Amino acid sequence: MSEEMTGAQSLVKSLERAGVEVMFGIPGGAILPAYDPIFDSKIRHILVRHEQGAGHAATGYAQATGRVGVCIATSGPGATNLVTPLADAQMDSVPVVAITGQVSSGAIGTDAFQEADIRGITMPVTKHNFLVTDPKDIPRAIAEAFHIAESGRPGAVLVDIAKDALQLNTTFDYPTTINLAGYKPVMHPTADAVRDAAALIAQSTSPVLYVGGGVIKSNAYKELMELAELTGAPVVTTLMALGSFPDSHPQHLGMPGMHGTVAAVTALQKSDLLITLGARFDDRVTGKLSTFAPHAKIIHADIDPAEIGKNRKVDIALLGDLRNSIAALLPELRAAFAKSKPDLTGWWKTVNEWRTQFPLGFDEPDDGSLSPQYVIQRLGQIAGPDAIYTAGVGQHQMWSSQFINYEKPRTWLNSGGLGTMGYAVPAAMGAKVGAPDKVVWAIDGDGCFQMTNQELVTCALNNIPIKVAIINNESLGMVRQWQTLFYNQRYSNTELHSKRIPDFAKLGEAMGCVGLRAERKEDVDRVINEAMAINDRPVVIDFSVHRDAMVWPMVAAGASNDLITVARSMAPVWDSQEL
Amino acid sequence: MSQKHTLSVLVENSPGVLARIASLFSRRGYNIDSLAVGPTENPDISRMTIVIEVEGHALEQVIAQLDKLINVISITQLDPVTSVQRELLLVKVATTPENRSQVLETVQLFRAKVVDVAQDAVTIEATGNAEKIQALLRVLEPYGIKELVQSGLVAMERGLRITEKFN
Repeated sequence: MSEEMTGAQSLVKSLERAGVEVMFGIPGGAILPAYDPIFDSKIRHILVRHEQGAGHAATGYAQATGRVGVCIATSGPGATNLVTPLADAQMDSVPVVAITGQVSSGAIGTDAFQEADIRGITMPVTKHNFLVTDPKDIPRAIAEAFHIAESGRPGAVLVDIAKDALQLNTTFDYPTTINLAGYKPVMHPTADAVRDAAALIAQSTSPVLYVGGGVIKSNAYKELMELAELTGAPVVTTLMALGSFPDSHPQHLGMPGMHGTVAAVTALQKSDLLITLGARFDDRVTGKLSTFAPHAKIIHADIDPAEIGKNRKVDIALLGDLRNSIAALLPELRAAFAKSKPDLTGWWKTVNEWRTQFPLGFDEPDDGSLSPQYVIQRLGQIAGPDAIYTAGVGQHQMWSSQFINYEKPRTWLNSGGLGTMGYAVPAAMGAKVGAPDKVVWAIDGDGCFQMTNQELVTCALNNIPIKVAIINNESLGMVRQWQTLFYNQRYSNTELHSKRIPDFAKLGEAMGCVGLRAERKEDVDRVINEAMAINDRPVVIDFSVHRDAMVWPMVAAGASNDLITVARSMAPVWDSQEL
Repeated sequence: MSQKHTLSVLVENSPGVLARIASLFSRRGYNIDSLAVGPTENPDISRMTIVIEVEGHALEQVIAQLDKLINVISITQLDPVTSVQRELLLVKVATTPENRSQVLETVQLFRAKVVDVAQDAVTIEATGNAEKIQALLRVLEPYGIKELVQSGLVAMERGLRITEKFN
């Protein structure tokens, strides 16, 4: 069934067929033909204030809903402004499709006005990308883009469409099947690998489930819970996996890595078997690879063959969708345990000693000023485990990972791989659009907030009532922390000198939000509750916090805390170059 | 120990494929020794023969990362023993009336061909594996090599086996 229409109409119709309900974008010259049929489409288009906001909003939407997030921009600067969010989504395996206008096909390569080779530019930061110059290719490119973005290991895909391809007449013919010769994700692990994995687990006396973001991508939470309870093994969840396994579960040790709990870090170090599920042995988890988990055999379950053995040599690879892999492992493991089940009592005794000896905690500042950790902890307690939390990148992000209890998947959204400052506000906007019935909090630093806060205007005008907690320490806190620890307190360009410049509460008000402020401990609950009661507008709270608070545990050379020194002897090595 | 490996890669014959592969090698820090691209019996598909110098473990990563490119259809590692591997060489050698016959004798010994003759130079075409090409160049060098151009390696498995099937 083919219909006559313009390339632009074909694009919008293809997006509708792909199931798009919302997209974030800004029009401009080259993409303008597409905006005419967008005007009539049932797809909700949210007009953002900067293309980077569109990209992160699409990412937040995708992370909150599990569906593909869509952003749209014009050629040249519109497209290049999408580069950061695309790289961000790709690093964290988030399914995002970006549509960009391109100059007319005849002008490509002539340095035309607003021309940028966005396909070339985004090649290394996307899973795949397309340049479409013939209108008849539009439906197939869109269908393939969505298929590639959401299948296998999800990622970012860009479709660049020349302006004349949007303007010319074409026939609309949306493909019903997609067969890409070079793209066939492996979905199921081999029976042999599953059997070998079960045998290895049945021999392990100090196993750890090392859980990564893949569990959330494959919706494998139930399977993970079953596996955890069947093995009885300690569970650590990486920054990208928080919420995939309840923090409150007795087997949960917290987050591993540079700012992880001592119990989680040490359990990995002392383990004889890491059951790695959708995690990628990132340097922020492993430290110096040669010292990471030196006694452990490795089972690595992942959908991406290139992750197997990339950083750490594995003993058994379970290649496939994590949900299938865990589901296949469960009966094999039951059979293996029926013959012999290892006794983990001794292992748990040791693990529990680390837990009680080195709990997460923080000191209140001596001068009576507000502790950032306290603010974040109270926020988590008041908003509860049903709320969605997004964070920027830095100290506030690490405290949010430490002091909020995540009980459910897709409630903690952050920029893990790329570490993109400015992620929180637009991602919260996208999350709220995807999950309008949820309370969505963006926990942001004052540095991060000043990168993308203009999307609060978008939120205010489009009835997207997110809440923003600015952990305002008037500095680029994490970098300042490193200067404190490693650069003799020489604070080169980390002080934002922002005492009320800008005044975040007033800035929020100016953007159509409710602006609140808290400077003392006794204000904290009141302003959070006040924000929780407002549902018709976005809210911005400026929490003026103590600037010298640090993120602990920091398992790095140079740390002076006694407990951490003890912990450090058990931890992997962090080279100063890696910081 | 790093050594040379030959990969035969089938790719979709679409714009940008070469850039994707070059970009991948560059950003992951892999060194391409040689790369040859050309059409296959199927007009929609091109074959690349890539020679890289990496350690065994890194080779698995190179193959896995290449395989992630959507336009890459298949990758086969070719064993030098069970495959035919050839390079093409064009070399312009300075000659004098006195030594020209010696040069021509060398050409015959290497089963190469003279494709152009000028007053003070001959242009020689030779095909062979890397060792043969290098040996020929060593022998020609004393006469004075004025210019040379070499293709990347192309290779194919011996016998009836077809390197890869594609649909």
